[in-house]
Amino acid sequence: MAQAINVEDLNIYYGDFLAVEDVNVTIQPRSVTALIGPSGCGKSTFLRTLNRMHEVIPGAYAKGVVEIEGSNIYGNGVDPVNVRRRVGMVFQKPNPFPTMSIRDNVLAGVKLNNKRISRAAADELVESSLRGANLWEEVKDRLDKPGMGLSGGQQQRLCIARAISVKPEVILMDEPCSALDPISTLAIEDLIHEMKKDFTIVIVTHNMQQASRVSDRTGFFNIAGTGKPGHLIEIDDTERMFTNPSNKQTEDYISGRFG
Amino acid sequence: MSSSVATPSSPQQDPPAPAAPTTTAARTAKRPGDVIFSGLSIGSGLLIFLTLALVFIFLLIRSWPAIQTSRELTGNADAVSLVQYVAPLVYGTVLAALLALLMAVPIAVGIALFISHFAPRSLATPLGFLIDLLAAVPSVVFGLWGGVWLVPRLEPLFFFLNEHLGWIPLFGGTVSAPMRNMASASVVLAVMILPIITAVTREIFLQTPRLQEEAALALGATRWETIKTVVLPFGRSGVVSASMLGLGRALGETMAVLMVLSPGETFSLRILQVGQHNTIAANIASHSAEATPDVMARLIFTGLVLFVFTFIINAIARAIVSRTTKS
Amino acid sequence: MTSTSAAPRDAGTPPRGGSHALMTGSGAAETRLPWWHLAMTAGIALVVSAVILLLLGVFSIPALVLLGYVLHLIIGYTYSRVREGRRWAMDRFVTLLVFGAFAVAMIPLFSLLWEVLSRGIHKLITPAPLQFWTTDMAGVIGGMDAGGISHAIVGTLLITLGATLISVPIGLFTSIFLVEYARYGWQKVLGRGITFLVDVMTGIPSIVAGLFGLALFITITKDPGIRIGFMGSVALSVLMIPTVVRSSEEMLRLVPMELREAAYGLGVPKWLTIVRVVLRTAIAGLTTAVTLAIARVIGETAPLLLTVGSVPMLNTNLFSGRMQTLPTFINSQYGAGNAVCNSDVMTNPISGIDYACSTSINFDRAWAAALTLIIIVMVLNIAARLVSYFFSPKLGR
Repeated sequence: MAQAINVEDLNIYYGDFLAVEDVNVTIQPRSVTALIGPSGCGKSTFLRTLNRMHEVIPGAYAKGVVEIEGSNIYGNGVDPVNVRRRVGMVFQKPNPFPTMSIRDNVLAGVKLNNKRISRAAADELVESSLRGANLWEEVKDRLDKPGMGLSGGQQQRLCIARAISVKPEVILMDEPCSALDPISTLAIEDLIHEMKKDFTIVIVTHNMQQASRVSDRTGFFNIAGTGKPGHLIEIDDTERMFTNPSNKQTEDYISGRFG
Repeated sequence: MSSSVATPSSPQQDPPAPAAPTTTAARTAKRPGDVIFSGLSIGSGLLIFLTLALVFIFLLIRSWPAIQTSRELTGNADAVSLVQYVAPLVYGTVLAALLALLMAVPIAVGIALFISHFAPRSLATPLGFLIDLLAAVPSVVFGLWGGVWLVPRLEPLFFFLNEHLGWIPLFGGTVSAPMRNMASASVVLAVMILPIITAVTREIFLQTPRLQEEAALALGATRWETIKTVVLPFGRSGVVSASMLGLGRALGETMAVLMVLSPGETFSLRILQVGQHNTIAANIASHSAEATPDVMARLIFTGLVLFVFTFIINAIARAIVSRTTKS
Repeated sequence: MTSTSAAPRDAGTPPRGGSHALMTGSGAAETRLPWWHLAMTAGIALVVSAVILLLLGVFSIPALVLLGYVLHLIIGYTYSRVREGRRWAMDRFVTLLVFGAFAVAMIPLFSLLWEVLSRGIHKLITPAPLQFWTTDMAGVIGGMDAGGISHAIVGTLLITLGATLISVPIGLFTSIFLVEYARYGWQKVLGRGITFLVDVMTGIPSIVAGLFGLALFITITKDPGIRIGFMGSVALSVLMIPTVVRSSEEMLRLVPMELREAAYGLGVPKWLTIVRVVLRTAIAGLTTAVTLAIARVIGETAPLLLTVGSVPMLNTNLFSGRMQTLPTFINSQYGAGNAVCNSDVMTNPISGIDYACSTSINFDRAWAAALTLIIIVMVLNIAARLVSYFFSPKLGR
């Protein structure tokens, strides 16, 4: 089931450096929320705190509350590994495992965790995940070929299939189309539309047109200057954000005055 | 600023549970797999420290009898003097290493320049491979080659040097075949340390800022002028540290000396005369098989001296390398 | 006039080589002589040195090449100085020096490989192919034209295997620590220290490693005469661990961060990510690294002289008794020198078989063993490169 995400007083640090300050936001289930803003404003950093991926970077940590289905993923004794099983992630560059076939890439979430799965169940999971990523028809005849042999756009959809195969509630996408050509981008955007039936999606994008095309709500991040923390300036329905933003900074950014 | 965050307004929204606003950089329970794995990794890393410490400690333990009973520590004039025992060996070791360095460094710098700046780009890798091949040859084979092939071939040269330049102390003395002398041994040593010096120097030369080189060339400098004004100043510390690494190798190399040099225990400068010098490493190798416990302790003491020596030299060389590559 | 700068000179004279001369870089438009001038000066130098050597009556090819090279340095420089000016003459001079340096380094390489091959091959194929590799030295005395190195090959392989089994886990885990864990706080500081010590450790003299093995086991067993194969393995691993650490560290760093993130993003714990993604992706590189490390220590002699001794028969027990290894075999055969032959036939006291006597037999065996050792080292090197060539996953796009 898709779940709401509720963020309260979230501060994100890299060592002593406060990167993102005081984020409060609620994200509705089964919706697409886009995060936009200039480079270095903290939108990707914020995204990564939603599944505790930022902790991978040495010295990075967060203070505050991020609730998914009412449970705080930063609560005491919560294992970040379990959080990441509930909150999937798709990255900027397609990153299929180079040593695995297409099929094994889809099953990676199961196999890397040493879980046993019957052949039939695995086949079913592979098909449903690849169908969910709109990739099944293109690769069903070459499931045992290496995942690296696909085109960039197909690789990215393979990564999406890999992410949904572990049946997460939320899927985070960190500029998923920035390394792709326009046609592959379109395919991913169509896919995002369909996926919203089953998942809560948060997507970071550099591309404002993309934000307006795919998202229900849009949040705008900004920084006052280099070395200052990023802030979530405003979040609202996408249509309103792009036509009639309530904040001057948002308006300046969207109308192309900076960024 | 932060208060301008828009609050959600959808009615179907779950009421946010009043979670305690705790600071949650809190340590979470670790998985056993992670604990074991990171423990093994850190443990292995610490084992490196431990190994080096153990090398020092065990050499010290085993050489302690020699130190304890030495003339220096007991004040007993009849006891064996460790200083007198070690000094000629240290002299021989340093002499051999310096001679090898003297021959190897100019050639290695030449080769490094050849590969990095003179050879066609497409040939750079295969040529570098040829030099690396030299590094793959086991030291005992170098010793065999040196003793059987090289020594007789150096004879004419050494006779020539002795005859015409014998007034230089280095080439003086009585010279006779076979040339199992310090000069031959250090030629073999020079060949053996050539690859490492070349490799490090080449790396540094290849890191010369391309723009500076092109700027020099664009000003009409010849290739040599470019190298003299840009490449060599940039690579100077690299050449120094490469030489020190080579020095460390040469100080500790056993077989080339053991199989080529006819040993002696003097402080002679006459590198063409046989039976004058020996090195610590070769001395240990030749005497360890039939050593009595007290001789063994003395040998191990010389090994300890060699260890500390090479450790310091390598440490300085590595410090220079890492400082250069960082900046 | 050329000593000032190229530019004013160019301004007056039209570029000699046509328009392309401007594009080929600096000084292309200066008066540069075509290559055959260089060949000409080299020829002159050779002829002159040949005449000198013949007059002195000490003509030989090496002397001709050496003197010719030195003379060419002088003649070529002078010629170029007159025709091209001081700066280009210096350039030619240095170019010659640098080529000379490379050529000088090739002499030992090729002469060594040639000597080992030509002197070693005979014993490997006579009296029967492979017989040298399949017999040992039991009962072989004096100049008896018999014996082989089966015991030394097995000893070398076993001791190196022991060293590998010790070094690979320690080295690999250390490199994992350096790449995956030593990224922040005290671990980063520790990592820096380890990297430094590993670098220093690569410079430990091999004889010191041997002494360490000796001192360690004498202290533990209280037996000053102890010499067993495993001592050699321990001594070799002191030399092997740093190489394994450095090269596998390099391989692990080649694994892109994105792959680790992909695994973390799927909820895979860190240790499983390392085992099943990082190590799995780097496996070909790691195999190469370990193989090269083995190739490096398999020819080590000095530590084995101190720790495993020498024995004429096969001993496959690493933990009891002396063992023979190829490097120490080469050393002892070389050290034995020429044999004395008092009669033409010698009888093996163990097998009772008669053999011919050969004065050069010890050297023959040393060269054949050296050839065997070089073959092993080269096979390991080639295998390592083949593994990384064929099995490395294509990481970049």
